[in-house]
Amino acid sequence: MLKTFAKGGVHPPENKLSAGQIIEQLSIPKTVTIPISQHIGAPATIIVNKNDQVKTGQVIAKSSGFVSANIHSSVSGKVTKIDAIPDSSGYRKQSIVIQVEGDEWDEKIDKSTQVKRDFNLSSEEIIQKIGEAGIVGLGGATFPSQVKLSVPKGMKAELLIINGVECEPYLTSDHRLMLEKGEEMLVGTKILMKALQVEKAIVGIENNKKDAIEHLTKLAKNFDGIAIQGLKVKYPQGGEKQLIKALTKREVPSGGLPISVGTVVHNVGTAYAVYEAVQKNKPLFERVVTVTGKSVSKPSNFIVRIGTSVNELIEAAGGLPDDTGKIISGGPMMGKALSNADVPVTKGTSGILIIPEGESRRGKIMDCIRCSKCVGVCPMGLEPFLLMSVTERSMYDRTEKERVMDCIECGSCSYTCPSFRPLLDYIRLGKAEVGKIIRSRKA
Amino acid sequence: MSKLLTVAPSPHNYGKETIKTLMYGVIIALIPTLAVSIYFFGIGALIVTATAIVSAMLFEYLITKFLLKKEPTLSDGSAIITGMLLAFNVPSNLPVWIIIIGALVAIGIGKMTFGGLGNNPFNPALVGRVFLLVSFPVPMTSWPTPITARMQYLDAVTGATPLGILKEGVKNGEKVSALMDQIPSHMQLFIGNMGGSLGEVAGAALVLGLIYMLYKKVITWHIPGSILGTIVIFTGILWLINPDKYADPLFHLLTGGVLLGAIFMATDYVSSPMSVRGQLLFGVGIGVLTVVIRIAGAYPEGVSFAILIMNAFVPLINMYIKPKRFGEVIKNG
Repeated sequence: MLKTFAKGGVHPPENKLSAGQIIEQLSIPKTVTIPISQHIGAPATIIVNKNDQVKTGQVIAKSSGFVSANIHSSVSGKVTKIDAIPDSSGYRKQSIVIQVEGDEWDEKIDKSTQVKRDFNLSSEEIIQKIGEAGIVGLGGATFPSQVKLSVPKGMKAELLIINGVECEPYLTSDHRLMLEKGEEMLVGTKILMKALQVEKAIVGIENNKKDAIEHLTKLAKNFDGIAIQGLKVKYPQGGEKQLIKALTKREVPSGGLPISVGTVVHNVGTAYAVYEAVQKNKPLFERVVTVTGKSVSKPSNFIVRIGTSVNELIEAAGGLPDDTGKIISGGPMMGKALSNADVPVTKGTSGILIIPEGESRRGKIMDCIRCSKCVGVCPMGLEPFLLMSVTERSMYDRTEKERVMDCIECGSCSYTCPSFRPLLDYIRLGKAEVGKIIRSRKA
Repeated sequence: MSKLLTVAPSPHNYGKETIKTLMYGVIIALIPTLAVSIYFFGIGALIVTATAIVSAMLFEYLITKFLLKKEPTLSDGSAIITGMLLAFNVPSNLPVWIIIIGALVAIGIGKMTFGGLGNNPFNPALVGRVFLLVSFPVPMTSWPTPITARMQYLDAVTGATPLGILKEGVKNGEKVSALMDQIPSHMQLFIGNMGGSLGEVAGAALVLGLIYMLYKKVITWHIPGSILGTIVIFTGILWLINPDKYADPLFHLLTGGVLLGAIFMATDYVSSPMSVRGQLLFGVGIGVLTVVIRIAGAYPEGVSFAILIMNAFVPLINMYIKPKRFGEVIKNG
């Protein structure tokens, strides 16, 4: 039986154009630009100098705190520049530019493609290896994975959830990974289970990926404790709290973390990266990226070295269409619009979506007709129309009382509004202002 | 790159629904009811509906253009709905000039004084209807008989509505079972073969409109469901206690504009609550008030007043009845 979350949600057109495209290795570019802040938390500390020679997989910036992550070179060659360069956010971020010379990998990395199932490591050793490999949440949140695996004192993990939902329209990188690297991904899941010392794991997959559900269900017979669960297609099912609700019926309390209901959630891409890190000593320096869009001549899934320019991905997918209006890093519901395609792919880049001019602008904003559709679709049980109007009036104490901080920014409210009101835009503003107030109260 | 890209915060795709598609969804849902009215009340229904729609649109246009000096909002279709609903709430022999006054009150006072679509606390068509009812009680309560009066307009033969017969009879001490002989059968009531406002009689067509709007997701079931459920339960209890004095629940559902009110009037977006729990409470309130007015009040129908009274409570309901927040239960429990 298919499961789903109870409250709200929308059904945007799926448009999974690249679902049938096998993952291709994108050729290594001439230069890469690797930002040192590709994760949530403190930027890494650069440990190379200009003109240094680096190898593929070598650490070039070290984790600088508990919530931070190592950064590795994704190519071999010479460091030519260390400077602040705009990334996908549009802001200048400290980055390391490397000119590619050949492709010489760090000696510790096992380049064989054979699946290695057995491992004999303690929980601490696994978490340490994951930390060293610079693995972050590859679903898009880019939260350092080793932090999520370090269960706080007094709490206990009971269940590991692997997120294969991929509820964003257009994106297919997780789908392809489950089909092509399913066994490796399940070994990664076993490793994560060991790290968390849990006996059970569930892989949640939406029913628009029936082939992946079938494939993994077959493979999972050889993996004790891993269950595959099909889910009804509904956005935002891939949201951590929604997925936990769908699979366990438990609700993460407001302001709480998944561990407070005994669960830890990792993305399928992360599980695969964990496999590579632990079994093959391969740090996170490449990832699967979907390049897609209705006007794109060759929608594709590429495995891309971190730091490759988005321009090169678009070229490989058939070039930038003439009628392009918007380029999005990520999916259409939560992705970021790029002002420029000459930005590097980072650990959090799950897809590049190209939207034609005609679909790139919103409709004209009209008055709220109080149809209550935004309230109906909000998966967090909030009232977006109200959050917008109290934020508009700078009534931030009311904004906080109406629980603006619970918003997961899924965009269902703006998606559904028949008056095209900028609901989420104001809610983000409200969150930022309320966040400031909360911080000043603590100080 | 020569061309500039559009940059905006997410989401980057939007649903196909607009105010226009929703409003036209309601209009389509009203068409079967209009057809049944024309079948039973003939040219009167046609004249009344056309006058109401045209004058509602005209007033909307004139007021937005010359008084509010805003961009006219005629194309969103909401004035058409107000006009249609106003027409559906009056008898089919109502003179044109009264209808025009009703449309002016509905659009001018009911809607535009508050700032137009989205800001009016009361259902505009009901504001117009109730204004007419208290200002012109006689023409507003003379009901042309169905079918026989088809080809007549102002001179139509009139008769009482089923609820009117019931109220008068019970007051005179007659038994409900005896009164039912003067009233068409439930099946006839469901089809619409009775005296009444031109849109309220067509039970079957109204239900068809409901199904269409639910299917198209124009509205949800909560408001009509809670109104109809409450009326069935409340009148059912009374009927079980004393079937001589109180009519059966089905009779109450099919008469006096309950279906029109529950399906098209109470579900008006602007003047109904935002949360599901609020909508259920709103519906229960309308149901209870309707029955109370029917049993104890001066008017035989009661739905219009019940809706307007509950409209007034909507801001209060929105203030205190909140949707169930995600993660709330566990935190408190």
